[in-house]
Amino acid sequence: MEKTETDDAQWLMLTVVGSDRPGIVARLTEALFHAGCNLGEASMARLGGNFTMMLMVEGTDSAALERLLRPVTDDLGLRLHVDVIQGILHHHEEPNVQVTVHGADRPGIVAQVTGALAKAGFNILDLNSDVGGTRERPFYVMIIDGFVDGGAAVAEQALAPLSTNGIEVRITTLDTLIG
Amino acid sequence: MAVRRILQYPDPRLTQISAPVTVFDAALHALLQDLEDTMRAGPGSVGVAAPQIGALSRVVIVDVSAKPGISHHGCLRLVNPEIVHREDEVKGREGCMSVPDFTGNVRRASAIRLRAQDGEGQWGEWDCTGYEARAVQHEIDHINGLLFLDRVVSTRHDLFRRKKYL
Repeated sequence: MEKTETDDAQWLMLTVVGSDRPGIVARLTEALFHAGCNLGEASMARLGGNFTMMLMVEGTDSAALERLLRPVTDDLGLRLHVDVIQGILHHHEEPNVQVTVHGADRPGIVAQVTGALAKAGFNILDLNSDVGGTRERPFYVMIIDGFVDGGAAVAEQALAPLSTNGIEVRITTLDTLIG
Repeated sequence: MAVRRILQYPDPRLTQISAPVTVFDAALHALLQDLEDTMRAGPGSVGVAAPQIGALSRVVIVDVSAKPGISHHGCLRLVNPEIVHREDEVKGREGCMSVPDFTGNVRRASAIRLRAQDGEGQWGEWDCTGYEARAVQHEIDHINGLLFLDRVVSTRHDLFRRKKYL
């Protein structure tokens, strides 16, 4: 059997949130590096002006990780949270459909779209959304990558009823070229 | 006929520039056959380049004909291939047998004119578009020591925020 990271590594998911400023990632990862930690997959984004990060860390336990990073996050005014997780690396699932949604911002867009997709058995692998426009006329944009048996046709059928609700939905086949 | 082992990143041979083919002999024909067999053995693979099996020769195979509803030229066995013209740029998702468990978005010309020799040394020209054009560019990158990793523009989402113009 192929050896996976889960066989011998205890992964932690580190979540850090707070006001954004230059140098946060450098300070955190330097502390982790000096403590002998390894990093796995990570997602970092600026959301509404906030620094947000979810980072897989291994090589220490959760109490030690908190002790290590607390001085840094306190100094930077950030909030810190650690979860023990099962870390599965080297088994990415490849999406076959991308769904792009945009429309005038109003409550319920995400719930309606993801609800319809879930009913069709669509597994969301990545979702990013943003609010654009102005305070007076905000609009909402969401891009979802995922996998569903039957591909774009199934996603299209699931989302067809939503187009009449003032939401523009575009469905694209993701056909990853393997060369 | 043989399915050869695919070199995997970060094998340094994948970053070498491959040498032009000058002799069109049985050894070249065997290399073309091995490449084709190796490509067909790789699940979902639409191309392979000689350096991926450790042969630093300017030889690649592209065959996107299994993909439904796209224009293509069947199985292209390309020796000393060059792109002599390229048009437009589109983004598409790529992976590679030499870069397992990672995919990303890469910008490629959406239409190219391709010039290459065959196994006997005869030159030919092809106009390729879309998926086939992308595959040809991906494989020609290999013989120039480049991987799609060198060209990835984004791995996941594609929200391009416009600057404020008002």
